[in-house]
Amino acid sequence: MKPSIVAMTVIFGIVLLGAITGIYSGMRRQMNLEQWTVAGRGFGLVFVWLLMAGEIYTTFAFLGASGWAYSRGGPTLYVIAYVTLAYVISFFILPEIWEAGRKFALHTESDFFQQRYSSRHLASLVAIVGVMFIVPYLQLQLTGLGIIVEVASFQAISRPLAMLIAFVIVAGFVFASGIRAVAWVSVLKDALMLIAAFSIGIGIPYRYFGGIRPMFKALTQAKAAHLTMPGSTSNLGHAWYISTVLLTAFGFYMWPHAFGSVFTAKSGDTLRRNAVIMPLYTITLPLLFFAGYTAILVIPGLKNGDLALLTLVRQTFPPWFLGVVGGAGALTAMVPAAILILSAATLFAKNFFRPVFNPSMKDDDVTKLAKVMVVVITGIALYFAIYSSTTLVGLLLLAYAGIAQFFPGVIFGLYWKRVTTAGVFAGILAGVGVAMILVFSKHDPFIGLNAGFVALCVNVAVTVVTSVVTPAQQNGFEERADWVAPST
Amino acid sequence: MKIPPTRALLFAFVPFVAVCFSVPLWDRVHPLVLGLPFNLFWLICWIPLTSVCLWAAYRLQSRSRDKGVTE
Repeated sequence: MKPSIVAMTVIFGIVLLGAITGIYSGMRRQMNLEQWTVAGRGFGLVFVWLLMAGEIYTTFAFLGASGWAYSRGGPTLYVIAYVTLAYVISFFILPEIWEAGRKFALHTESDFFQQRYSSRHLASLVAIVGVMFIVPYLQLQLTGLGIIVEVASFQAISRPLAMLIAFVIVAGFVFASGIRAVAWVSVLKDALMLIAAFSIGIGIPYRYFGGIRPMFKALTQAKAAHLTMPGSTSNLGHAWYISTVLLTAFGFYMWPHAFGSVFTAKSGDTLRRNAVIMPLYTITLPLLFFAGYTAILVIPGLKNGDLALLTLVRQTFPPWFLGVVGGAGALTAMVPAAILILSAATLFAKNFFRPVFNPSMKDDDVTKLAKVMVVVITGIALYFAIYSSTTLVGLLLLAYAGIAQFFPGVIFGLYWKRVTTAGVFAGILAGVGVAMILVFSKHDPFIGLNAGFVALCVNVAVTVVTSVVTPAQQNGFEERADWVAPST
Repeated sequence: MKIPPTRALLFAFVPFVAVCFSVPLWDRVHPLVLGLPFNLFWLICWIPLTSVCLWAAYRLQSRSRDKGVTE
């Protein structure tokens, strides 16, 4: 049998198994809005961990990080640092967000803004900006899936066709079962990812150099400068590293899907304990760096670094194992993609369309509209994935530059009484505006700093200044009775 | 609005210094430790150490909660 057929059969088998697991776990429950989006707020430590791990270990880590380690080198280390620090921040803020969610029956990030700032306009802005920046993140997953099928089929299936097939499956899967399905498929995905990461990260250096130590020895002799910052880039130095780590660590839980997953937890303490163990999950990331670094010596000169990991797997292992790695990779794209689509669709229907166009809409109709949006949003991301050539890490950094702009609104909302709706509104607009201008005019990095971080600083300044000059207002998280207007 | 206890915040600040702000100090290839470039080795070490810091912060917070300091 041809190697491409063996590999593709294994990948398809794994994807099918994932889809069946998901659809089956969703079938046994009545799906209303509360079940579909936050699983009835009943997830304990294990499920929250699975769901959150399912969200973070995306194609970005799998193909993108190894691809950047291959093509850029040292600066890629930011990935290990930001994921770890994101959990440190989550330890403090997630229990507070969860508490507000329980008290006021919140489902989404936009609900949070609505409740805290009592403003429909701000909530709609958050919803639409959220959906806007989910698209590049979704595009990243699609591109990853396309790469997997392209390499595993030995270039027999074109990337656009592969992406089309894969996303019909993902959309169907989201349609049928909502958030609960995602947590269950995460079990399968994580198990496969662990197998794949360990065999790749340890097996590949062993096969070509007899171990990780000799591999790095050879690499430091051949290309030592590649391993530190700015690596093989001209402008990604230490200032870029620090600003990027901060931006992405702050932005991490600002993703509407990550924010939404907070509400699935049973208690605030579940989230706190989850934050303590989450960093350990990052331990598999360096393994993908090993693979990317090995590829520099074994298959130098690839034009697209994102192909490095799989190309190396293809020439090192038998076809069936390429299938296992490809299948694991496909699930790491599909599970986060499903979560992304689900939260973007809910945000659009519940927090943008209903308040702006049809306030009297019933919950059931919102669920129906959300399901239509699943198809629309997936279609848009598919379109961009087919016509764009940005690297996977490039896409993620663009998305973070936008999404992190919610951070001041959330943090001030939790800890600063004096913040006002006008302040947060102006801050988000300024932040998103500056980020887009800098990124699209190719000024990223800007004076050595990550453009998204520069935008975030502008955002904070605008939020603070505008809040101070506008009149103080009621905090939506506190009881109305004990509020006394300050006499300033 | 509950500001977390200062000591818990200090524990949280340690990983930020270690893996972010101090990058010029550890971003180097040599010495290789366990065969790894020093910067990679440093970051890998701080994965479990971050968990340890958060565990300490967790202990502190739950103790102060028991005493009714924060709530």
